[in-house]
Amino acid sequence: MSSLELNGESIELDEEGYLIDLASWTPEIGEALAKGEDVELTDEHWDIINFLREYYEEYQIAPAVRVLTKAVGKRLGKDKGNSKYLYSLFPYGPGKQACKYAGLPKPTGCV
Amino acid sequence: MAAKKFMFVNRKAPYGTVYALESLEVVLISAAFEQDVSLAFIDDGVYQITKGQNTDGIGQKNFSNTYKALGDYEINKLYVEKESLEERGLTQDDLMDLVWEDEDDDWAEKPSIILVDRSEMADVMAEQEVTLSF
Repeated sequence: MSSLELNGESIELDEEGYLIDLASWTPEIGEALAKGEDVELTDEHWDIINFLREYYEEYQIAPAVRVLTKAVGKRLGKDKGNSKYLYSLFPYGPGKQACKYAGLPKPTGCV
Repeated sequence: MAAKKFMFVNRKAPYGTVYALESLEVVLISAAFEQDVSLAFIDDGVYQITKGQNTDGIGQKNFSNTYKALGDYEINKLYVEKESLEERGLTQDDLMDLVWEDEDDDWAEKPSIILVDRSEMADVMAEQEVTLSF
């Protein structure tokens, strides 16, 4: 168990750095989680993070990368719906890394 | 690797035991291996895909909306046994509207639920290479 210090508050994370209490997520926490891994979030990152949060809200799961890629292509355009683009934003894997900043659990089926 | 025909058979109510949720998780994971996956809903398993599930009183996560994501995972053959519905006073109208989008047909929404009677279900099962029961 680790934690994230933000504005004098301590936020609980699991051993891999994912938020324990999904309901406590705020965009500031997302920023802070990314900063902890030396990532500066751009609008392009936020498009994906917001998409993941909406997907989770609707289906109660974080989508697998293949599903994410297809859905992003449909919603944000073919030029973004490919793994090259998604990996350029999230080099450690769009599922794992983007879900972490989005305050979601690790995607089902993700090792 | 050639795709194998996998069927996940669901016979239990969604809550009260962990079978339904475990089955759903294995189904989602199996999709990553690009196999030919289908699901069967028999006996109390038909309750897993009924509309309007509410778990407020039992303190468990309502995972019924996750079945709506199956289409995104290209799992679009959900066989439901007619007799199991009838024995419980249910019809297809009591089930969620589960669909998938056909990428090759301009993303047209197509139904994923296939109603079959008991003998048709037996035929579908006989075609499978791997059958996992939950």
